Amino acid sequence: MKPFAYTRPGDAAAAVATVAADPSAVYLAGGTNLVDHLKLGVAGPGTLVDVTGLLSTAITPTADGGLSIGAGARNTDVAVDPRVRRDYPALSAALLAGASGQLRNMATTGGNLLQRTRCSYFADLTAPCTKRDPGQGWAAQQGWARHHAILGAPEGGCIATHPSDMAVALAAFDARVHLLGPDGERTVAATELHRLPGDDPSRDTVLEHGELITSVELPALPVAARSAYRKVRDRASYAFALVSVAAALDVADDGTVRDVRIALGGVAHRPWRAHRAEQALLGGPATDEAFRAAAAAETADARAVDTAVGGNAFKIPLVAGTVTATLRGLAAHRTEAA
Amino acid sequence: MDSTISLTVDGRRHELTVDTRTTVLDALRDRLGVTSAKKGCDHGQCGACTVLLAGPGEQGPGRRVLSCLSLAVAHDDAAVTTADGLGDGTDLHPLAEAFVTHDAYQCGYCTPGQICSAVGMLDEARAGHPSAVTSDLSADGPAVLDRAEIAERLSGNLCRCAAYSGIVSAVSAVSAVSAVSAVSTGAGASR
Ligand SMILES: Cc1cc2nc3c(=O)[nH]c(=O)nc-3n(C[C@H](O)[C@H](O)[C@H](O)COP(=O)(O)OP(=O)(O)OC[C@H]3O[C@@H](n4cnc5c(N)ncnc54)[C@H](O)[C@@H]3O)c2cc1C
Ligand code: FES
Ligand code: FES
Repeated sequence: MKPFAYTRPGDAAAAVATVAADPSAVYLAGGTNLVDHLKLGVAGPGTLVDVTGLLSTAITPTADGGLSIGAGARNTDVAVDPRVRRDYPALSAALLAGASGQLRNMATTGGNLLQRTRCSYFADLTAPCTKRDPGQGWAAQQGWARHHAILGAPEGGCIATHPSDMAVALAAFDARVHLLGPDGERTVAATELHRLPGDDPSRDTVLEHGELITSVELPALPVAARSAYRKVRDRASYAFALVSVAAALDVADDGTVRDVRIALGGVAHRPWRAHRAEQALLGGPATDEAFRAAAAAETADARAVDTAVGGNAFKIPLVAGTVTATLRGLAAHRTEAA
Repeated sequence: MDSTISLTVDGRRHELTVDTRTTVLDALRDRLGVTSAKKGCDHGQCGACTVLLAGPGEQGPGRRVLSCLSLAVAHDDAAVTTADGLGDGTDLHPLAEAFVTHDAYQCGYCTPGQICSAVGMLDEARAGHPSAVTSDLSADGPAVLDRAEIAERLSGNLCRCAAYSGIVSAVSAVSAVSAVSAVSTGAGASR
């Protein structure tokens, strides 16, 4: 680990001023991703600016009937909040499916959104990775690409995926992320926070240096009360998603889809809002065939990587199966309740 | 770069000057000689370093966290409880006792982390926290801990000897005598 200075400013404005003025400074929240990267040498900041004491940890109702979650709120506290469990169950389920009890007790809302990819080559300083060190190349293209992207990645380029489960649920629910930067406040949609790799895969998000996430706002969204999160992984718990689905579904009395939200995890450089699948389903029948066809429409442009040690072509049918199973569960739940 | 901090470990307060890079785990083991918390992976992947941590002013032993990913400078004035501090000096903590009875360890390396994790987990269950295998997220009251619930809630602790079955039995026995199982909920909507 490289030596670094540590500071704990008195408020958010002071934290922003400190980081904005120093290109080598970064924020420290729960530390569960950053400290790991300090040890691995993936990150080597000159100063850590601890924001844990100064970010809001509150989860409060908003004027329009939604919820505001302070960026310092721990993943555990968001997952178990009664309003989150009742009004946005897929968010609660996504958080509970992430990491472990110990890690969720440490991890914060802001840090979870800004955690970096779990691509093993990104974390391995001996492997070429242009996301970490510009111009080096892409070990995953020839290597262990089982966890990698099938959507939105440039051919032959960075196929890293964003690992956050929470971000997938936030993308499905049109959450908004509030930022404080050296030039003041701004708000970005959760679906626009993370970038596709394009020609600069080193930038994960649209944040400028020094911008601090202060809160995340969930809009009032009645369909979110009928939502679920389904995560497929190599072991039953404590593992990142191969594919995950956050979905909400409202089926009318005549059996047609009145409202639907779908976002996918584990398939792209950012949480993937499945607009095409949603469009394909709206107004049509809530049947397995329709769910499967909608998922297939979403992955029509998918590009898989085939390598000697493990490609990711299996994700294309896995998306269809996982979307179908998630929506089928939500549709069946409605039938039971009726 | 150095920083002077205070840490209360298993009830004893210490003042120490640490390099900012020092983790709570390294401060415990290398600086304070408290070796109950173990270093397995040092990267948040195994749970061997689990301790209970209460921030300044927090009541009780606090939450289960990973000491290998906690920087000591960021936890000035915190109170840390390791498995060593859970007994009363003469008698073992009921969970440690249950680990012995139920053959819940072989080499014992992961055991202090397993025990701290289980103590923290039982508190969470008592407070009504659901888990990824809880079928009804809207149920309130203390969580009902069957074997699947215990396995999921303790999945952040890996045991290379694979004493899992005994670990689940030990925790199950202790949770059954605590208030945790007092309230039961019906099977709810499947999610
Ligand atoms: C073994 C293991 C398994 C895991 N499994 C999962 C999983 O299955 N699913 C999942 O979603 N996650 C998983 N995680 C990741 C974990 O959830 C994240 O590390 C955690 O959410 C990050 O939050 P933090 O508060 O600890 O962030 P930190 O590590 O403190 O910070 C992460 C990054 O965010 C920046 N940052 C933090 N807060 C702010 C803010 N408010 N504004 C601007 N920048 C900020 C930091 O500078 C840093 O770059 C796992 C982690 C480990 C170690
Ligand atoms: S040593 Fe901390 S989790 Fe492995
Ligand atoms: S008892 Fe040996 S690792 Fe668990």
